[in-house]
Amino acid sequence: MKSIRLVLTLLATLPALAHAAISVFACEPEWGALAREIGGDAVKVYTATTAMQDPHRIEARPSLIAQMRRANLVLCTGAELEVGWLPLLQRESGNADVQPGRPGYFEAVRYVTLLEKPARVDRSQGDVHAAGNPHIQTDPRNIARVGAALAQRLAEIDPANAALYQARWKDFSARWDAAVTRWQAQAAPLKGMPVVVQHKSFTYLINWLGLREVATLEPKPGIEPSVGYLAEVAAHLKTTPAKAVLRATYQNPRASEWLADRVDIPAVVLPFTVGGAPGTDDLFGLFDVTLADLLKIAR
Amino acid sequence: MLRPTLMAAALAVAMPALSANARADAELDALRAELKQMKDSYETRIQALETRLHAAEIQANQAVHTADKAVQGADQAESQAKSASAQAAPLESPAPASLLSQFNPEISLILQGQYANLDGDIENRNITGFLSPSDFEASSGFSIAETELVLSASVDPYFRGYLNAAIDPDGGVGVEEAWFETTSLGEGFKIKAGRFLSALGYQNTQHPHAWDFATNNLMYDAAFGGAYTQNGAQVKWVAPTDLFMEFGAEFGNGDSFPSTTSTGLGDYTLFSHFGGDVGVSNSWTAGLSYLYGKAQDRESGMADLNDVWADTYFNGNSKNWIANFVWKWAPQGNPTERYFKFVAEYFWRDEQGNLLCADNTAEGGVCNGTDSAYTSRQSGGYLQGVYQFMPHWRVGYRYDRLNDGNYNFGANDAYLPVYDYAPTANTVMVDYSPSEFSRLRLQYTQNKSMIDISENQFFVQYIMSLGAHGAQKY
Repeated sequence: MKSIRLVLTLLATLPALAHAAISVFACEPEWGALAREIGGDAVKVYTATTAMQDPHRIEARPSLIAQMRRANLVLCTGAELEVGWLPLLQRESGNADVQPGRPGYFEAVRYVTLLEKPARVDRSQGDVHAAGNPHIQTDPRNIARVGAALAQRLAEIDPANAALYQARWKDFSARWDAAVTRWQAQAAPLKGMPVVVQHKSFTYLINWLGLREVATLEPKPGIEPSVGYLAEVAAHLKTTPAKAVLRATYQNPRASEWLADRVDIPAVVLPFTVGGAPGTDDLFGLFDVTLADLLKIAR
Repeated sequence: MLRPTLMAAALAVAMPALSANARADAELDALRAELKQMKDSYETRIQALETRLHAAEIQANQAVHTADKAVQGADQAESQAKSASAQAAPLESPAPASLLSQFNPEISLILQGQYANLDGDIENRNITGFLSPSDFEASSGFSIAETELVLSASVDPYFRGYLNAAIDPDGGVGVEEAWFETTSLGEGFKIKAGRFLSALGYQNTQHPHAWDFATNNLMYDAAFGGAYTQNGAQVKWVAPTDLFMEFGAEFGNGDSFPSTTSTGLGDYTLFSHFGGDVGVSNSWTAGLSYLYGKAQDRESGMADLNDVWADTYFNGNSKNWIANFVWKWAPQGNPTERYFKFVAEYFWRDEQGNLLCADNTAEGGVCNGTDSAYTSRQSGGYLQGVYQFMPHWRVGYRYDRLNDGNYNFGANDAYLPVYDYAPTANTVMVDYSPSEFSRLRLQYTQNKSMIDISENQFFVQYIMSLGAHGAQKY
């Protein structure tokens, strides 16, 4: 009798074990952080890249294949940002659930309006993305759009925890909306501030805060500037001065520091994603620090 | 006299008119462009407003819907409103038109060419002591290598297809790979069938354009005549573990050295690969594979005891073990700036069967068509390091060494030489990649693969990739 009861108890706990945290494979830190906000303890998040790495150029390492093999949900930016490595991971993992078109594959760009759709798609134009600029996470309103869709997707994949995801999303979304309002108020002095960017990394941030992008250091996306080109940018800045040169944490400092020195404006490293600077351990921190950095320039 | 003056006068009148005309045109163009810009920007704004309106409508509808229900019970309504607002929020846009989906299938083209400076006096290139494929043709001067055309796409939700066709510069198209694989088996399983590069070892699945050097290593030349291709099927499984573990098997009638297609089914490979990260800056992979091949009239060649070229034909079986190890380092895991890559592979081969030395007495040789027992136990490998010391620039060094071990020609010992010689090669290269899609390379090789010959080889090579952005394997 005793053993039968034991077996029954074990059987009763089995479904609970099966429903232990679902595995989320996040291509970039911002989506990993978002999945943690919405999923809480119900999800186990693995973030494939760090703020120190260029998301365009990641190696399809064996460790990434091993993680993708066990993922229930793969959460990526899309718009060909990960085209050099993600398709290989999906194919090599042998995980049918996370193939393109399956609920287990989530592309963030599908839920926001992309900027900078190129008129011409040709490699002579550099590393252009046919769908538009993929660096959508620098506008917090996009985070909210993606979050709403992600909450729904998590509920679809893990119906047992649907209520939990909705509740956590609601809570996050309320705090996020309040924060966005706060950031927008803080950012009032930034309106119209002219800046130079190294790569087209901050298009959405610039658009959100009404900054003015007066020059890009890369002559074409993903193509490093020559000294001659930088000199042209420097000359251009004589007539249309900018307040700072912005770059992301993972980007090489050479070009922006050379220019900053030449035209005597600060070269500023913005976190770009979660983990890109001290104090950016979560999404709120990311924008707190970004805003603080920008306000320092405006002063 | 009158004419030039008249001409000048006419010109003087016409010039301002012309330039005025041009100016007017330019102004008109500028106006048109401005108008177009305004139109475009308004169109996008209107579109954005429309989407927002649509979203608002949906939310309003949902709200009305839930409000109706609210009459039935306040508690229930509240929970519904919550879920309704949460569900109405995301408006999924259709899949953005990506380059990949616009081109269905994905198409890419690899253009390769080189200038080689080799020792023109060397005839019948082979590897001393090794029965290796007899087609080591190498020519000095400018040449284009095979142009590779690659097509791949999902067949349907269950399969994916791939074709790699090599266009021979002298005419003709060769099928390097043509296979389909499953995409929906799940649980880490995948089946592939057709003609494909075997998953054994490390370099075997790489096409020449992905090599880190302009020439192949001696091990792959001696062991597989370039790379081992299988005509058949492959099953592989990735384990659900943190440590990457992959196991697989291939069956078929091996399409390349050391097998021959004529023997039919019966060739197989077993392979395993492991890998992981060490901290954020280091990663590795290692593997062990086994290849069993059957050969029928497998052609090789060597100089006989009279130093006259003799064609040989091997019938028997070939057992091969292959070990591979790769270590990569990139500061912070960001290979854009700097990285180092170390690769080492080693193979052991055991062959048993009969070897026929074709009659070459007409050319002054000593072989008379004797078919006698042949056994060999040989090994070899390579070590290489490639360092990207700044963006776009890499340097590399490779050391090749084969051990001829024991080999025995039986009765043919009377006609064929047995040496005690270890073929080696030292290679250095520097390459420059203006972008991910183009690469220019300079290489020097000191090749001692043939006894008594130390050859200096120089190469200038280009590799251009057009079309779909192929993902690079680790």
